[in-house]
Amino acid sequence: MLQYLLKRLAAIIPTVFFVTVIIFGLQQLLPGDAASVLAGENQDPEVIAYLQKKMHLDEPLPVRYAYWISGVFHGDLGESMRIQQPVLDLIKEKLPVTLQLAAMAMVIALLIGIPAGIVSAVGKDSAWDYLANVIALWGLSTPNFWLGILMILVFSVQLGWLPASGYVSPFEDLGANLAAMIMPAFVLGNAIAAVLMRHTRSAMLQVLNADYVRTARAKGLNERRVVLKHALRNALTPIITLGALEFGTLLSGAVLTEQVFSIPGFGKLIVDAVFNRDYAVVQGVALFTSSVYILLNLLADLAYFVVNPRLRG
Amino acid sequence: MSKKILLSLALAATACVAQAQTLRIGLAEDPDVLDPTLARSFVSRIVFSSLCDKLVDIDEKLNIVPQLATSYQWSADNKALTMKLRSGVTFHDGEKFDAAAVKFNIDRHKNLAGSNRRGELAPVTTVDVIDELTVKINLSAPFSPLLTVLADRAGMMVSPKAAQAAPTNFGTKPVCSGPFKFTERVAQDRIVLERYAGYWDKANIHFDKVVFQPIVDATVRLANLRSGQLDFIERVAPSDIASIKADKKLAFSRITELGYQGITINTGKSDQAQKNPLGRDPRVREAFELSLDRAGIVQVAMDGEATPGNQWVPPANSFYARNVPIPKRDIARAKQLLKEAGVPNPSFTLMTPTTSDAQRVAQVVQAMAKEAGFDVKIQSTEFATSLNLADKGQYDAYVLAWSGRADPDGNLFSFYGCKQPLNYSGECRPQWDELLNRSRNTLDTAGRIKVFATLAAEAEKVKPVIYLFHRNWLWAYNKKITGMRTVPDGLVRPQGLKM
Repeated sequence: MLQYLLKRLAAIIPTVFFVTVIIFGLQQLLPGDAASVLAGENQDPEVIAYLQKKMHLDEPLPVRYAYWISGVFHGDLGESMRIQQPVLDLIKEKLPVTLQLAAMAMVIALLIGIPAGIVSAVGKDSAWDYLANVIALWGLSTPNFWLGILMILVFSVQLGWLPASGYVSPFEDLGANLAAMIMPAFVLGNAIAAVLMRHTRSAMLQVLNADYVRTARAKGLNERRVVLKHALRNALTPIITLGALEFGTLLSGAVLTEQVFSIPGFGKLIVDAVFNRDYAVVQGVALFTSSVYILLNLLADLAYFVVNPRLRG
Repeated sequence: MSKKILLSLALAATACVAQAQTLRIGLAEDPDVLDPTLARSFVSRIVFSSLCDKLVDIDEKLNIVPQLATSYQWSADNKALTMKLRSGVTFHDGEKFDAAAVKFNIDRHKNLAGSNRRGELAPVTTVDVIDELTVKINLSAPFSPLLTVLADRAGMMVSPKAAQAAPTNFGTKPVCSGPFKFTERVAQDRIVLERYAGYWDKANIHFDKVVFQPIVDATVRLANLRSGQLDFIERVAPSDIASIKADKKLAFSRITELGYQGITINTGKSDQAQKNPLGRDPRVREAFELSLDRAGIVQVAMDGEATPGNQWVPPANSFYARNVPIPKRDIARAKQLLKEAGVPNPSFTLMTPTTSDAQRVAQVVQAMAKEAGFDVKIQSTEFATSLNLADKGQYDAYVLAWSGRADPDGNLFSFYGCKQPLNYSGECRPQWDELLNRSRNTLDTAGRIKVFATLAAEAEKVKPVIYLFHRNWLWAYNKKITGMRTVPDGLVRPQGLKM
């Protein structure tokens, strides 16, 4: 176990290095001059020249990369040129929001997706199966922004039950926080639930036909125990990977949903930064979220160990 | 009986006092840095209206009105402006506002690295402190737009002490002298301002707090207003006006903007200009303009919420050149001109930013121009990229909007002056430069109107920019709000606003 963990951790170092090169390189492909975008509508040549110098845009690419990466090693991700705030502060400010939204969305997705997948696999070709499939299809094909706006119109404008948008810190007012987060979390969770349901269903169908399940049934175990203990445990391995990947994607920001509900998370931060060519923010957030993504993958691998005894040998 | 009335009045009064009132304003974008010297976006000016007072302001009719300066006087040679300052004004940190503070601020605007105000204040050479409440701004040459420049960010005064204490990040905690002081900012979420007890005009301030919330999507912004999450929203989508009118809980206001929406044509920015008949031949540009029905474009693309126009200022503006009226759509004449130019079916690319307004305009223009024989190809381009392509002259025609300035100079100089930063058409004519400088050096309005009329007639022959319309600023708000002033610069002034 320890050896495996060390091996995986060692593999992370070149991966993260590669990621920094990709992030930096891809950003250079963005058309347009960052300094002139940040200079605003006046396009004052002196301001543009000043910004170019400040962002080292007048230096060759490798030098710029070196400036950035040495900053990263010193824990300095740079400063947002647009609003004068350090990128690290911005990340610290947005991280709890994004984490909470991702966690709530994931809980909703798991609560809907896995039971629906099990029910649909166990009752294959029954009315429940069809119903679950229809719901999954709806979840997969409904655009987030549309569902978001529809929910705002129904629950905020018509019924007045929930706030239309905005974010309140849970430490300020937990009730208001949950009221503000439930709609965006549902919109996000809804789409993931559909994916989880489909995967759970197919994984369960495979497992339910396996010999050991038949044996378990032959031993006279009740169906509930067969499904939940014997079948589900084995079917969970691919679902954990999928869940970790989906959670990683959620952490990199749910752009449209955050936009619709005005949730100040990573998605909004990075999209605004891309449009404003606020390079330090784009690089900082991309590096942070991709590192988290890599770590989540590692955690998913470790979780296999826990659920799948065969790997421990 | 009278006792009862008195008692209830007293109770009502206490209730009013006790209830801290917050004004929640929905913005269309997240503002950039909150430092008047560095700020570069329109939306940050809305926040500054509550945060930072200016030396002077403009009113609904674009007159210059006092704010931190109570009066002003030009010198005989028009090369110096002397301003008398308001007494008893303090900054949010308690520091005194005086002539030395004005000098500090103008010097800061001119010298701070990365200042966006330096260009606006270029003719200002020095600032003299005459006495505690009198300041003299010296110019290298007469500069008629100076007062309107001082009615915007270049006239905003920040606390010298606070600015000196935070040389590199003043914008994260700005200290000004406006009706509200800065409390907190969560990027992309909210900017919170709190009433400043020491404000010189506090009798006109009726809110304890102002919260600005950026909500990019116009539909969501409106949904927040309807559900009561917000009290006020700016830049309402024109298509929502009908439903706002029908809503008994909401009110709305509108005013024609100072800016414009137009199509800039590459007539000399690069070699590409000569490769396309539109850039090469003024007759083709005239034909293109004649193929367009501006009122139709306004109806279809803007739901009628704009004023058709053909110049850098709207037709109702006192500087509008009446000798160059809006041409009527004339397809026959357009076809004739194209025939004369030897290109009956000219083709060009119309670079269009991805905003829905610009896209709709481009589509209507494409359809209208087709009737005269034009083949317009719409090239949707993300804004930053389009700016870059325009600057390099890698385009034929460009749908471009300008937020506008109170003085026509702000809509003109940088666009028509040779080698000026916003001169995307690349048109460079010494005579135009001479006219632009003359308009700056002339202080009397009648004289300036004449200069602009000459320039309008000249530009009409060349058509580097085909102006289409001037949008309406549209605000929607809770019906309980009164005192909304519709100033054409599109800002929300908190003075007098009540709920």
